[in-house]
Amino acid sequence: MSGRRRLLSTALAAWLAMGAAICATAIAQPQSGIVRPTTEPLRPSRDLGAQLYAGNCASCHGIAGSGIASPRPGAGGILGQGPPLHGVGELAADFYLRTGYMPLSSPHDQPGPDRVLFTDKEIKSLVSYVASLGPGPSIPAPNPASGSIAEGTQLFTEHCAGCHQELARGGFVTGAMVPPLQTVKATQIAEAVRIGPYLMPRFSPSQISDAQLNSIIKYVLSTRHPPNRGGWGIGNLGPIPEGLVTWWIAAPLLLLSCLAVGRRMRRP
Amino acid sequence: MKLWQWLFAFIVGRVLRRHPPPESSAQEPTRIVPAGTPERSAENLVLVLLGLAVVFALGFIVVYAEFSPKGMSNSLLGICLGLSLLCIGGALAVVAKRLVVTEELEDDYPSAHPEQQEEVAQIVHESGSRITRKRLLVGAGAAAGGTLGLAALTPALSLGPVWDTTPLDLTPWRHGVRLVDDQGRPLRADEILHQSYYTAFAEGADKELLASSLVVIRLDPDKLHLPEGRSDWAPEGIMAYSKICPHAGCAVALYRNPKFPAVQPSPALVCPCHYSTFDPFTGGTVTYGPAGRALPQLPLMIDSDRHLRAAGNFSARVGPSWLNVRERPTNA
Repeated sequence: MSGRRRLLSTALAAWLAMGAAICATAIAQPQSGIVRPTTEPLRPSRDLGAQLYAGNCASCHGIAGSGIASPRPGAGGILGQGPPLHGVGELAADFYLRTGYMPLSSPHDQPGPDRVLFTDKEIKSLVSYVASLGPGPSIPAPNPASGSIAEGTQLFTEHCAGCHQELARGGFVTGAMVPPLQTVKATQIAEAVRIGPYLMPRFSPSQISDAQLNSIIKYVLSTRHPPNRGGWGIGNLGPIPEGLVTWWIAAPLLLLSCLAVGRRMRRP
Repeated sequence: MKLWQWLFAFIVGRVLRRHPPPESSAQEPTRIVPAGTPERSAENLVLVLLGLAVVFALGFIVVYAEFSPKGMSNSLLGICLGLSLLCIGGALAVVAKRLVVTEELEDDYPSAHPEQQEEVAQIVHESGSRITRKRLLVGAGAAAGGTLGLAALTPALSLGPVWDTTPLDLTPWRHGVRLVDDQGRPLRADEILHQSYYTAFAEGADKELLASSLVVIRLDPDKLHLPEGRSDWAPEGIMAYSKICPHAGCAVALYRNPKFPAVQPSPALVCPCHYSTFDPFTGGTVTYGPAGRALPQLPLMIDSDRHLRAAGNFSARVGPSWLNVRERPTNA
């Protein structure tokens, strides 16, 4: 093989490898409107957070988390508007990003549990950047194992069940949807109680202590597999599905059994 | 319900039916249904089953009266009602299978011709030829149906006071009564935070009292538009409303509280039962839902120790609205 041909084949191999790498990167990138710096550092950093913030958050939350009170055109044609982020701390940033509440495509949408668009490294970077904007609460470390389900049931009924439903299946409040808590992680439950996202009231440690919060989380985690003594939980949604079962399954069965038991008079 | 109604109709029909004139042996028409042999054992079985139905229906009433309103055993109630219905069903089955004489009908049922109708009446009458103690059986049926009906009506007593409605008017609130939390700890003005909500009760009062429970919230005092005469009811923006929805009496357990009010729904107190929505800025007026009147507001004041105290009674009567609901409650 001549030197010229070897050079050519090496170049071809390099070109193919590069093409494959580009395709792999393109596939690996989540299909979303997230703006990323061209080269991301290997480890989470505040600088990466600042870059991601400028590209994805500043349209609504303003420069360096100063907030935008009245609508202003931002990136991607969004009419941006949003609260300031000074002093919200690691806690709020971690909650909104890890649950997919943020980023929001329009400030008028209800933020809710959604696909998480940032990678873990990016979330850590954004959290450290938001925390650096002003002193605020850190990410809580709940320990549901130390809680009591009995206490949690009582506290959940008192403080949460009005909206989230007794078995944490979610529901509605006038003008908004209340998320179910079936897939939320313990840390995010603890964060939500202290923040009160969207329309939820927040609960201070004097109202619900950290120990009580552990009990509430333990109860919420237990609702994912409730004891269905009847055998079939019907979604654990309470009286409406139960009524549907009564009218659409039990009543027709009774009618059918009446037909089976009874005898129609034979006509000649 | 339906079953006992049918039974009742059946019994009434039997009782009100005109008795045929005393049989004159000479004039007796030819029988259509062959005369059956009396079956005392089947009759006894029917009587026993109806007796058991009465016992179980009474059991329902006793269980309801004994355990109401707390610790009522649903399964015990269900078992009593179910067994009572089962016994009546069994009694009817025995009557049909063993007491009523059946005949094979070859022709179509006769239509509305007078003589054919008489024939039908005769068939019905003669079908009962096995029954020897008709009055006793009818009485037992009436007793079973009556007690079951009574049992079904018992829960209506829980709908509320009927003769004396004064407990609905009682209120523990008067000038100077302190607000306490569910542990009996007095609430301080400074622990009532923005964007949070608190449940409070009257100090020393029965928490079960309809007018005792409150929702306490704090709003920006500059944004309040309270009705006339209530300008000093919300010191520092702290407000107290009755926690009992004036629609059906559920607990107003939802506080809609926007993090970013510019683009999110405004603060509201919402009842989770039928989504009656009240605006706390304007004194609890209804903005959505079936509630017919505003959520009653309690005037507040802050004492020298910074504790929250009532400055009077509610703005309106607390609790679900009904017939002649009056505006001002009386003191307990």
